Amino acid sequence: MTAATGIGARVKRKEDLRFLTGTGRYVDDLPLARATYAYFLRSPHAHAAIKGVDLSAAEKMPGVVAIFTGKDLAEAKVGSLICGWVVKDKHGQPHKAPPHPVLAADTVRYVGDPVAMVVANSHDEAKDAAEKIKVDYEVKPANVDLAKALGKGAAQVHAEAPGNLIYDWELGVKADVDAAFAKAAHVTKIDIVNNRLIPNAMEPRAAAAEYDKGTGQYTLWSTSQNPHVLRLILSAFVLGIPEHKLRVVAPDVGGGFGSKIFCYNEETAVCWAASRVGRPIKWTAERSESFMTDAHGRDHVTHAELALDKDGKFLALKVDTIANMGAYLSTFSTAVPTYLYATLLAGQYTTPLIYANVRAAVTHTAPVDAYRGAGRPEATFVVESIVSQAAKELKVDPAELRRKNFIPSTAFPYQTPVALQYDSGNYPPIIDEAIKIADYKGFESRRAEAKSRGKLRGIGFSSYIEACGLAPSQVIGQLGGGVGQWESAQLKFNPTGNVQVITGSHSHGQGHETTFAQIVSDKLGVPIENIEVVHGDTSTTTFGMGTYGSRSLAVGGSAIMKAADKIIAKGKKIAAHLMEASVDDVVFENGTFKVAGTDKNVPLGQAVFAAYVPHNYPLAELEPGMDENAFYDPANFVYPSGTQICEVEVDPDTGETQIVNFTAVDDFGNIINPMIVEGQVHGGIVQGVGQALLENAVYDKETGQLVSGSYMDYTMPRADDVPSFKLGYKVTPCPHNPLGVKGCGEAGAIAAPAAVMNAVRDALAPLGVTHVPMPATPLSVWQTIHGASRAAAE
Amino acid sequence: MYDFAYHRPKSLADAVTALKGKDEARPMAGGMTLIPTLKQRLARPSDVVDLGGIKDLAGVKVEGSNVVIGAMTKHADVATSADVKRVIPALAELAGGIGDPAVRNRGTIGGSVANSDPAADYPAAVVGLNATVTTNTGKHAADSFFKGLFETALSDGELITSISFPKPDKAAYMKFRNPASRYAMVGVFVTKTGNNVRVAVTGAGPAVFRVKAMEDALAKNFTSAAIKDIKIPADGLNSDIHGSAEYRAHLVNVMARRAVDAANK
Amino acid sequence: MTISVAMTVNGKSVSGKVEARTLLVQFLREHLGMTGTHVGCDTSQCGACVVDVDGRSVKSCTMLAVQAEGAKVITIEGLAASADKLHPMQEAFRDNHALQCGFCTPGMVMSAIDMVKRHNYQLDETTVRHELEGNLCRCTGYHNIVKAILAAAPAMKAAGV
Repeated sequence: MTAATGIGARVKRKEDLRFLTGTGRYVDDLPLARATYAYFLRSPHAHAAIKGVDLSAAEKMPGVVAIFTGKDLAEAKVGSLICGWVVKDKHGQPHKAPPHPVLAADTVRYVGDPVAMVVANSHDEAKDAAEKIKVDYEVKPANVDLAKALGKGAAQVHAEAPGNLIYDWELGVKADVDAAFAKAAHVTKIDIVNNRLIPNAMEPRAAAAEYDKGTGQYTLWSTSQNPHVLRLILSAFVLGIPEHKLRVVAPDVGGGFGSKIFCYNEETAVCWAASRVGRPIKWTAERSESFMTDAHGRDHVTHAELALDKDGKFLALKVDTIANMGAYLSTFSTAVPTYLYATLLAGQYTTPLIYANVRAAVTHTAPVDAYRGAGRPEATFVVESIVSQAAKELKVDPAELRRKNFIPSTAFPYQTPVALQYDSGNYPPIIDEAIKIADYKGFESRRAEAKSRGKLRGIGFSSYIEACGLAPSQVIGQLGGGVGQWESAQLKFNPTGNVQVITGSHSHGQGHETTFAQIVSDKLGVPIENIEVVHGDTSTTTFGMGTYGSRSLAVGGSAIMKAADKIIAKGKKIAAHLMEASVDDVVFENGTFKVAGTDKNVPLGQAVFAAYVPHNYPLAELEPGMDENAFYDPANFVYPSGTQICEVEVDPDTGETQIVNFTAVDDFGNIINPMIVEGQVHGGIVQGVGQALLENAVYDKETGQLVSGSYMDYTMPRADDVPSFKLGYKVTPCPHNPLGVKGCGEAGAIAAPAAVMNAVRDALAPLGVTHVPMPATPLSVWQTIHGASRAAAE
Repeated sequence: MYDFAYHRPKSLADAVTALKGKDEARPMAGGMTLIPTLKQRLARPSDVVDLGGIKDLAGVKVEGSNVVIGAMTKHADVATSADVKRVIPALAELAGGIGDPAVRNRGTIGGSVANSDPAADYPAAVVGLNATVTTNTGKHAADSFFKGLFETALSDGELITSISFPKPDKAAYMKFRNPASRYAMVGVFVTKTGNNVRVAVTGAGPAVFRVKAMEDALAKNFTSAAIKDIKIPADGLNSDIHGSAEYRAHLVNVMARRAVDAANK
Repeated sequence: MTISVAMTVNGKSVSGKVEARTLLVQFLREHLGMTGTHVGCDTSQCGACVVDVDGRSVKSCTMLAVQAEGAKVITIEGLAASADKLHPMQEAFRDNHALQCGFCTPGMVMSAIDMVKRHNYQLDETTVRHELEGNLCRCTGYHNIVKAILAAAPAMKAAGV
């Protein structure tokens, strides 16, 4: 029975029933009696001073309950939205930290920056009233161009960040790297842009709040990936509401991908206003608002150089990146292009010397922060692009060049030159398996056949590694992170033997209600239908750090294992008493406590019942109850790795790229539910394909307007944009967590852009193309081909 | 959206009356363009006159060698109509490529043609097939119907009742879709009827236009090779982040050749 | 302008007072409290709001409630006879892990059922992917959704639904 529902089984998801029958409870679904509706008036300008706000006409509009402005919040001493990670620059100085008001009071800094909140009896009435607010803007020059942000004459975003520079950070020793370059037989150089993306979870962000006058308790429902962290930020930094008086609930949440980690303006304002309005307040973003204000992702400009010796061994890598922070520093923004990026620049390779310089700049655009992969897609794109480019220049096979430089399986634990120590891995069998599945050997004949039809085929590799399972708390602290990164679990048995698994992780699509139940079922022998996973409500769950960075299984799952160990330890004592045996002779197998070599046994359920009805029970030594919790702080990051191979066919007449084959072989360590892992890989790959071929967040350089402000202009991957995928797995268990698991949620998105772009470049190489900008839209590819053929003709 | 007075007349005459004399009354066909426009508060009609309750405005008939499609016929019904598929299969295919399945269940040919969205598909068919647009007050020839960006020959209170498409000898529509909106970035409807060739292009300019140079070449030799080197100028073509004017000009040639090949199959 | 509207939803007669500007999805969610149908965008593209009106799949965010006067509306809540008796499409979605966060799922399932019937229970992968043009999913990468729909088609035929 446990084999079908335990670790490693393809257990169908327990949570599916409510989602399939329309009985999920997302924030906008909540029926709050006498609710009011909030609507935010937002800046239409990328940069302007607010000279005055005239509410007189708006206040008279039907249905209006209250209108709040930045001035109101400033007077109430509402704090700045924080950036929780202090990055120290090259000189050991903390980064520039301009304030981030919840509602703009004197200056607006991006199109969409919220200026006022109207609360009314209906959404339409709130919107009608917002249109009547007269804001006197003094428009100022704006800069939305990252490449210009640090240059002379660029419009300044914050007085606190002269030259628009937030930090100038480095990792590695430049002199050592330069010396290696001086001796190189070959140097490959690339200039790449990692295009700006908008996460677009299908559920728009939403928040609802109410205040209980009798108890002084606030309740905030929010589409959050981490309700406790949100509560901590609101309590300790922004609103000052004592934590024990603020309940934050993240109910069913329709996808996050990082965008729902952060503490945003809207839920803060709605929470704050709840006690002033005296009725519940509901807010749900319209999709156009999501486009303007959800934290955007990526947006790097990078120059990188790889030095190789005459045999193609990597000698050194140097990387120079400018990263966009947007107009304000979002909650984790500073860490993404530094500690989540530069530390992955070794990739799967033995490159001995690496230097990275990252300058973070502010621009008059939406704040930029973690988005699926958060720094690791950017690193993988640099490394895997430059490696494939080097292979082309040296005329060697891209798989061979990679193999030659892989960290050998005997070298683990492997200390990279970029701070991280990889714990385990075995890369050659992965690329071998990918090559087999992708029929790499047959590619050239497929290329020739496509050519006969007037099409250009290309194949691209991406061998990624990433660091996830965030994270060892002390490492985070040393690096400037303001929080711990452990996770909590509570196993709360009921007298009748069923159990609640109360986790500090949050599921917004990852299937924890199933996988965490599988773990407990496997370890404790409890039938899976008797296990309920509880998450998301700060009043019923122990403090947890939430879900992002592919950490829930590695850290949250490990906390569950620790709590389960405590259950077993206590159960052994109870069983020993019931069996009149010594506790040292008691073993626990398949849900039952036994004395080896005898028939004596106590099923777990019996021990649980005894704990709650302790009539025959060692009360002198042992408390009643079967309710254990644990906190797990990981010893290291976890390091999933893999190789993707993408095969494309480009139509040179239109520039369209079709993905004809996509292979991904991954090492995620031990796998709890293969079905769920596959789903994570599929979804991640498609987001990576989206970045490579379709998606681009574009601001107009003249007006600062977000041109790609809806699905009419921001190309979301659709079912006919992608094929079905061919997946494979290799397993090197993680040596430092009890499950031996590595995170899998972001891998697809981390590796895919490089695989796709390397394939497109390979397809266009016969035309003399050496560089294709990302995204490789039909227009962009056609212009690239056109430019190349013009150059060839000259 | 802003609120409005809603009317659902049962006859064309009632519809015309409902539209008269209001501050800003708008007819609504399928609503696939009007409702999103209203939701974004880009329009503020005082009255919306829903044409969906008028009988006999929807349906496909074959009259002689013409396919006559009622203005309120949904795209899905044109796409699956046995008559359209038999007489002008290219028209059925065009209809089957508009929007997505749910949009095709509501959007109508009359609404699309009356709107003259530069990226809509039907205008290319109307001009490509030299259709006749019949309204409650008269008829319009295809070549004089589409006047500019969202501008047609319809006067105030004039409602399309049906569109009559003559059967061509050969026809095909090739559309290159805007990757995001999936509207036509360039859509070319090519027809040959006797010695007459029409090449109608949507998506590329502010409104549907014909390419005379291609029509002349194809009239002599209806093959894609005949127009291989006919380039259209980029001046005046639409340009946005998905397609520059030069790219669209290029695509006109590519899609026209593909349409001719398809028409010859 | 307040208008009385009446229709059947999932077999039950319902009525309400709406404004002319009330969308069908708002009527379902806010007036009837049936929150299974979701709003995911404002340009009629994402498909999270798809329901069945008089036998056709329709984007309920792009239809006024008053336009559904007298219509037969079926929503995600009306598909399963009971918790143990799901519609074959719902079963196929669960069997094939065709949902993760669940937000696109109601519209996805409604569109899927519609496509199966329009194609007379005969579908292939290319057709399914093409027919999903009006339904966005950010979580699944579509691979398992396609699998589920291909598995559901013969199951629906066998079940006579």
